[in-house]
Amino acid sequence: MAHAGTLDIRSLHKHYTVSGKTLPVLDNISLTIRPGEFVSIVGASGCGKSTLLRLIIGLEAEYQGEILLDGRRIAGTSLDRGIVFQEHRLFPWLNVEQNVSLGLLNADLPEHEKRSTVREHIALVGLKGFENAYPHQLSGGMSQRVAIARALVNRPEVLLLDEPFGALDTLTRSHLQQELQRIWQAEGITAILVTHDVEEAVVLGDRVVVMQPRPGRIRRVIDVPLPRPRDRASQAFAALKDEVLAEFDPAPR
Amino acid sequence: MSAVIHPVLTVPALPARPPAPAINWRGAVLPLALLFAWWAVTALGWVDTRLIVPPANVLHTAVKTLQDPVFLQGVLFSLGRDLSGFAAGSAAGLALGLAMGTSRWADRALGPSFHTLRQVSLFAWLPLLSSWLGYGELSKLVFIALSTLYPVALGTFEGVRGVSRAHAEVARVYRFTRLQMLWRLILPAAAPQIATGLTLGLIYAWVATIGSEFLLANWGNGLGNVVIKARASFNVELIVFGMLAIGLVGTALNRIAIRIEARVLHWRAPSPSAF
Repeated sequence: MAHAGTLDIRSLHKHYTVSGKTLPVLDNISLTIRPGEFVSIVGASGCGKSTLLRLIIGLEAEYQGEILLDGRRIAGTSLDRGIVFQEHRLFPWLNVEQNVSLGLLNADLPEHEKRSTVREHIALVGLKGFENAYPHQLSGGMSQRVAIARALVNRPEVLLLDEPFGALDTLTRSHLQQELQRIWQAEGITAILVTHDVEEAVVLGDRVVVMQPRPGRIRRVIDVPLPRPRDRASQAFAALKDEVLAEFDPAPR
Repeated sequence: MSAVIHPVLTVPALPARPPAPAINWRGAVLPLALLFAWWAVTALGWVDTRLIVPPANVLHTAVKTLQDPVFLQGVLFSLGRDLSGFAAGSAAGLALGLAMGTSRWADRALGPSFHTLRQVSLFAWLPLLSSWLGYGELSKLVFIALSTLYPVALGTFEGVRGVSRAHAEVARVYRFTRLQMLWRLILPAAAPQIATGLTLGLIYAWVATIGSEFLLANWGNGLGNVVIKARASFNVELIVFGMLAIGLVGTALNRIAIRIEARVLHWRAPSPSAF
């Protein structure tokens, strides 16, 4: 089982400079995520939630404040942090097994251990038997499963998910949400999910962070004290979902 | 914990490769009609049969020539020349395309010259090449290599430029080294355009091989020289047969290239046909 990381974000500010003008993207974000916790971040488009994830993974640099993983400041990408993007981003010239192996390309493991780890993770996402399939032969849901396996194969401390099911149909999405919960529990890692789907955020999160745009900041953090797996039909679930949705009401800004 | 595969996500079988297309007989209609017309005008005596020779004579010449070891040697000689020039030209084209595609500095330094020189017709190089290198093997090889270089460099350049940002980010997340970037991302991602460039380069190389044998003629070996000699002795049958042989070799080379391309790029989704 992987070591789960503690992520500490302290008064994070981020801005872009567009034709000489300063455009604030993230404004004073502070958030501490406990090891093994699942945090959902919801917000309308433009609230900077994806930028926040890109800063944590290390694809964007230059920010004020601090992002600490287990007390160490994040600098660039690292095999400690895995990410699943909205599009699967598999390499079309590699088959399932080879795509998952990409995650371990620069891992410090002997070859035979890499092979067995890859096999385990393909089984973990339920794709045993599809090792030799190429991305063009897979459905959207299956491709996203491969992307999840690729992100997890390094046994990262934190798994980042950037609207991973946003491009899938409703049925596939709810199956994959269940699957993700199972995988998260099996691996025991810290997970951060960015989504614009409030139901998805409540189904999966221990906490739901609601962000608001222009500039992106945290509006409210809501605890989800419901037992897992969550019953979408229950009253408690509906009440929490409504509570989150209420934060989206066009309040005067 | 057991991995549960939901029925919706299981697929019974992977799509099979499309079957090899059957021979297109309709494509044979036009050549057969032309062959018939050719036979008819010569048989009926409507044309000067010293200039437009009857098909039967060409066939006769073909049978005779194919038994002549000098002819087969010529074919092999041309093929060797073609492939050597192609190898040199495609290596240089790959290097140039990669440099311009991956380095902004190289693109700024080499790009304008490359795109300007590309406008010079290849055959316009011949006077200069023959002045510098004479009519021997070297000037022919340089000409063939030059002909190959342009399409290969251009295909490689465009392929490299087309590598998606999304995939490059994946490579950064998994901390690819520069060499891994090249071998595991850039080259495979650019492979379809590189293959197109190489296939085109192979066609250009064959055209240039025959062209060099005509225009840098030194009465040496090669299929082009067979035709030149036939012209000198006013052997129209041999000229026509030589032309057919040149076309057949070129077609064969192209077929082989397409086969190799399909095999190497097997990971591509079958392209949806519009019709």
